[in-house]
Amino acid sequence: MDDLAMRAPLAVEGLSYAYGPKRALDQVGFSLAPARVTALLGPNGAGKTTLFSLVTGLFDSREGRIRIAGHDLRRERSRALSDLGIVFQAQTLDLDLTVERNLRYFAALRGLSRHEARGRIDVLLDQVGLADKRRQKVRHISGGQRRRVEVARALLDRPGLLLLDEPSTGLDIATRRWLVDEVHRLAREDGIAVLWATHLVDEVRTHDDLIVLEKGKVVARGEVDRVIREAEAADLDEAFTRLTSARLEEHL
Amino acid sequence: MSPAHAARAFAAILTREFLRFVQQKERFFAALVRPLIWLVVFAAGFRATLGLSIIPPYQTYISYDVYVVPGLIGMIQLFNGMQSSLSMVYDREMGSMRVLLSTPLPRWFVLFSRMMAATFVSIIQIYAFVAIALALGTDVPLDGLLAMLPVLVLTGLTLSAIGMFLSSWIRQLENFAGIMNFVIFPMFFISSALYPLWRVKESSLWLFHACQWNPFTYIVEAIRFALYGQVNPDALAVVAATLAVFGAAAVMGYTPARGGPAAGRAG
Repeated sequence: MDDLAMRAPLAVEGLSYAYGPKRALDQVGFSLAPARVTALLGPNGAGKTTLFSLVTGLFDSREGRIRIAGHDLRRERSRALSDLGIVFQAQTLDLDLTVERNLRYFAALRGLSRHEARGRIDVLLDQVGLADKRRQKVRHISGGQRRRVEVARALLDRPGLLLLDEPSTGLDIATRRWLVDEVHRLAREDGIAVLWATHLVDEVRTHDDLIVLEKGKVVARGEVDRVIREAEAADLDEAFTRLTSARLEEHL
Repeated sequence: MSPAHAARAFAAILTREFLRFVQQKERFFAALVRPLIWLVVFAAGFRATLGLSIIPPYQTYISYDVYVVPGLIGMIQLFNGMQSSLSMVYDREMGSMRVLLSTPLPRWFVLFSRMMAATFVSIIQIYAFVAIALALGTDVPLDGLLAMLPVLVLTGLTLSAIGMFLSSWIRQLENFAGIMNFVIFPMFFISSALYPLWRVKESSLWLFHACQWNPFTYIVEAIRFALYGQVNPDALAVVAATLAVFGAAAVMGYTPARGGPAAGRAG
C-alpha cells in the first residue's frame, strides 16, 4: 500500500468475503480521496452491503485489509471506527424516543460529553432543517425526516469518512434531492470523503468518483467521465449496463 | 476507549433501556402480573397439599407462598433475560444493534452494558413485585431485601448472558413461543423454584438429577439464601461459572470473525 493510500480516508486492499461457498466479494481494492463523493454503483446482490458490513466492522475478513484514515480496522478497530459516520440502509432510530434523545444516545456512544453533544445537536438539526422537531418522537415524523436525523447522527462525531448504504431507498423526491445536495456540500465544504452505495444511476453526478461493483468484483473505477469514456458509452446509464451485462455474458 | 467515553456510553445504554422499559407499560404490567398469579393462585392451591419441613436457609416452618418468592424473583429475571435477548434480535433487524456494534467501543463492553441494562430493569421489576407480595401478606424478610441486591446483579447478568448467547447462536429461537417452550419452561419447572429438591427426589430421581444440572436451580438458591441474609457459596460459584461460560460464548457469537449472526442479514 503506497503512502497516499496510507493517508486516504478509506483504503481497501485485496478484500474478499464469502458466505459459505458463495463468494460475495472477490479481491476488492480501492481508495477514496478526501473532499470527494464516490458512488459505489452496482446492481442488487453485487456485494455493496457486504462491503459496508466489512468496512463498519460488523463482519471480518481474513483476506484483505481495510484502513480508515490510516488505521487498520483489524488491529486498531476503535481508532479506525472513530473516524467513520454511517447511514444504514435500514431505519435504525428508536421510534419511541424523541429525535433529541436518539441523537444524545448516539453522541454518548461516541464519547461526546453532554455539553459537546448539545452543541453538535443544535448545529446539525439546524443543518438538516429539523430544529423544530427535536422533541418529537421519531414515530411521529416522516420517513424523509427520519433519514435527515440519521444523517445528522452520522455527523455528530465529525467523521472524516461518511458511508451511506442505499440511503435514498423509499424516500420522496424532495428528500432524495436534498440528500444528494447535502453530501456534495459536506464533501466540498467540510472535506468529508463520502462513499454512497446505490443501484440508481441517476444519483451519480458527472464530477463524482465512481466504483462499479459487479458480482463481488470492481469492474470499473475512476471519475465518472473517464468510466463512461473507457466503456465507450454515451452516458453513465449505458456504461453501467455495458459493464454489468458484459460480465453477465462472461458468466453465461 | 477512555474511561470517560466508557462511562458515557454505559450510562447511555442503561438510560435507553430504562426509557424503553418505561415506554412499554404493557411489558412492566406483564412482568408483574406473571409472578403475582403464581403467588396468589398457585401458592394458594399448593399450600394445602405441600408440607414443607425446615430446610436451610429457613429457620421455622414456612408457608408455600414464602417458599416460592425467590423462585418467582428468579422467574422475573429469567423472562427479562430472554426478553432482552429477543429485543437483541429485534434490534438486529431494526439495525440499531448495527449502530451499537459499529461504534468505536470494544464489543465485549457493548454486550456487557446491554446485559447490565437488562439486569437493571429486572431489578426494578423485582422490587415492585416484592412490594406487592408484602402488601398481599406474604412474609418477606425486609432486612434481606438489600442483602439480595448484589446477588440479583449476578443472577440477572447470568440470565442475560444466556439470553444473549441464544440470540447470537440459535436463529430458530427468533420468536418468543420457541423461547418459552424450549428455554423458559424447562428452566423454570426443572428447578428448585417451585418445590424443594428433596421433595423432587422423593417423587422422581431423574427429575432430581435434571434439577441439579440446571443453572436456574442455583440462581434461585443464591437468591433464596441472600434474601435470608445468608451466603450459599456453592450456588454462587455455579452461577458465576455459568455467567463466565455463557458470557464468553455470547461475545464469541457477536464477533465478526464468525461472519457474525449479530451482524444481521447481508445481501
